[in-house]
Amino acid sequence: MTRQRIPFITELPLIIWLVIVWGALWQDFSLGNLIFGALIAFAVANLFYLPPVELSGRFNPLYAAGFAGRFLYKLVVASFEVFWLSLRYGPRLKNAVVAVKLRSPSDLLVTATGHAISLIPGSLVVEVDRSTSTLYLHCLNVSTPAEADRVRRDVRRTEEWLIRVMGTREDLAILRTEERFEKERAAGT
Amino acid sequence: MADLVSDVMVASLMIGGALMSLAAAVGLLRFPDLMARMHAATKPQVLGLLFFLLAIAVQQRSWQVLPVLLVAWIFQILTVPVSAHMVGRAGYRTKHLRKDLLSIDELDEVVERAATKRRESDPAGQ
Repeated sequence: MTRQRIPFITELPLIIWLVIVWGALWQDFSLGNLIFGALIAFAVANLFYLPPVELSGRFNPLYAAGFAGRFLYKLVVASFEVFWLSLRYGPRLKNAVVAVKLRSPSDLLVTATGHAISLIPGSLVVEVDRSTSTLYLHCLNVSTPAEADRVRRDVRRTEEWLIRVMGTREDLAILRTEERFEKERAAGT
Repeated sequence: MADLVSDVMVASLMIGGALMSLAAAVGLLRFPDLMARMHAATKPQVLGLLFFLLAIAVQQRSWQVLPVLLVAWIFQILTVPVSAHMVGRAGYRTKHLRKDLLSIDELDEVVERAATKRRESDPAGQ
């Protein structure tokens, strides 16, 4: 079995992450330890071969900080909401499986969006359709189509944030066109 | 004085974390089916663990312990959705859910459509 050589630059983020984990686990960020960690990371990345993650090549730290803040806020609010739902409704809770069509065809972005909304209590990814990048979510306490629409809008807003943080240029272009349409519609009415 | 402030912070963070464990337990007991229980079993723990790690960070008051706590939490948020998804997916496919509790099921239509298409293209069911 032959395998494709991965260029070093695609491997670099993975190796940097592994070195950080190594340093964190030893609680020692001295140069010698990091170099030894880098050697091990390089060996691990080459011995235990995984298909490369296709990054988009851009990353916006400002939006990343904003996303992290929004994520933490939602995490806290939704955790207490699920607690409240379990106390208030319990066995009589109505749920729904909602399909959400995402904008981006990129695997990384669909995965990241799925992860982010799974972590926020109240929604869980049941199935993913990779060909149309559609997520099927199981959502707590959704009983009307209007509430399902709210879930859909919320998930697409999460995706919007992630596109601004690390989406490809094509995804950003889709977002811009969408914004222009929104503006025109708002101006038209 | 500083000790008192940090002790109060640690204590309230730990109570917050314990409260999240309680939320998970109540959810597990009271929610009606597998899918709803998955929400309670997996999610509040993410926040609960964050509270406990913050409590450790405040208590230890050393910079060296921060990266390892951060790594612990990152691994948690990387693995929790995957396990929740796998159990949820398996649960849906093996029909371990109560359809009468679902108000909308948009996946069911897709599954039905795919099944009809397969029957049409292969009527003998081979």
